[in-house]
Amino acid sequence: MLFSRNSSLSNRLFRAGVLAAALFVAACANNAPSTGVYDPYEAENRGTHEFNKDVDTYLVSPLSDGYGVATTHGVRDTIGRFSAHLALPNDVANDLLQAEFGDALHNTGRFAMNTIVGIGGLFDPAADIGLERRDTDFGETMHVWGMAEGPYVEMPFFGPSTSRDTVGFFVDVAMNPFVVIFQDPTQYIGIVAYVLDSMGTRYDYDTTVDSILYESADSYGQARSLYLQNRRFELGMSGEDVYLDPYSDPYSDPYEDF
Amino acid sequence: MKRREFLGAVSASALVALLPSGAFALTDAQAKSLVDKAVADINKVISSGKSLNSMIRDFERIFVKYADVPVIARSALGADARRASSAQLSAYTKAFQSYIARKYGKRFEEFVGGHIEVKDARKVKSFHEVQSIATLRGEAPFSVNFLVSDKSGKPRFFDMIIEGISLRLSEKEEIGAMLDKRKGNIDLLTQDLKKAG
Repeated sequence: MLFSRNSSLSNRLFRAGVLAAALFVAACANNAPSTGVYDPYEAENRGTHEFNKDVDTYLVSPLSDGYGVATTHGVRDTIGRFSAHLALPNDVANDLLQAEFGDALHNTGRFAMNTIVGIGGLFDPAADIGLERRDTDFGETMHVWGMAEGPYVEMPFFGPSTSRDTVGFFVDVAMNPFVVIFQDPTQYIGIVAYVLDSMGTRYDYDTTVDSILYESADSYGQARSLYLQNRRFELGMSGEDVYLDPYSDPYSDPYEDF
Repeated sequence: MKRREFLGAVSASALVALLPSGAFALTDAQAKSLVDKAVADINKVISSGKSLNSMIRDFERIFVKYADVPVIARSALGADARRASSAQLSAYTKAFQSYIARKYGKRFEEFVGGHIEVKDARKVKSFHEVQSIATLRGEAPFSVNFLVSDKSGKPRFFDMIIEGISLRLSEKEEIGAMLDKRKGNIDLLTQDLKKAG
């Protein structure tokens, strides 16, 4: 999507390449436990982090300020709902790949309801009848398949990730049914919605983002810690799963440290 | 999207940092009534219309009353706490406490209108985990777990875990980075903490 031009051949080649890369990584997967911080490329990642901070300081933050001032909270929420709605077919595909058939049905119903009653996903009546948002991604699919998360990665522009989630990210972008089915220029609606939603998020969480990026003693380490803790929780690795990990175990007993 | 939810969770840690979790959470009902009371108290402070500095002072009082501040502060300092003198440790703990109040208290206005519903409590290792669901205006509900212990002599919470993000571990990362910047000098870290947050 991000890299395609008008040629559907290059689209197909790109998708094939991403799939091949994903399968290669999956084949190389080891079962090392995803705990603690595994960051062998820290020097490169820190370089990317400084780049991302500059992008935020000089581009994203000022643009999102303008966008935030020009829109109401309601407008930003509507665009956020629409952007998430466009991702639903991709969520369903991943639900199926994970053999989560209940979630696949749930998200299909949600997509149908919000497309028809919610005017193309601008509103979310599905949540009111118990079809609340349950998103997923190809990184999670690979986790379900037994792949380890791999080294920590800070992606240019997109920020904290892991090697597994980086592959997942590109697979989601390339395989997104919305992009595959709709040709140009319709498919760019998804990109525009995503960019606007990101701007809105940057604006609405300005204080939080600033506190991480500009007020932390080490913004790289802080972002890495927050991302890994939250991502592992999302993947269901909470509770007993992390009890044994001395670094990332929030359940380690601080009273026994001394 | 994902990023929005993630930032929502990080942002919400400010809310939870100041929530007193009160007495030993042995039953759902006890925990629920305590947290409900706490949320009502905090909302009172938020809607009081006081100045930001005065609100931060109120939040610091709440934090001290319901959290085990010494153990959170010591844990954030990590192994370096062992080589600190008791005078150093107490100066550091005091600075840490105000730092937490400033850092999270100044963002509290974002959470007006939110509420937390306590769902369940269970024993984990030597302490209790109180599970709750937080709902902020305009956000999807998210998970907040309070870890409560009475090892300090009184029931106190020593961590809050919001969508997997532990306040104690996140502050350990931050305090560790601040200490590195001062090449391990705890007195200078304490001076920095007084200005941070």
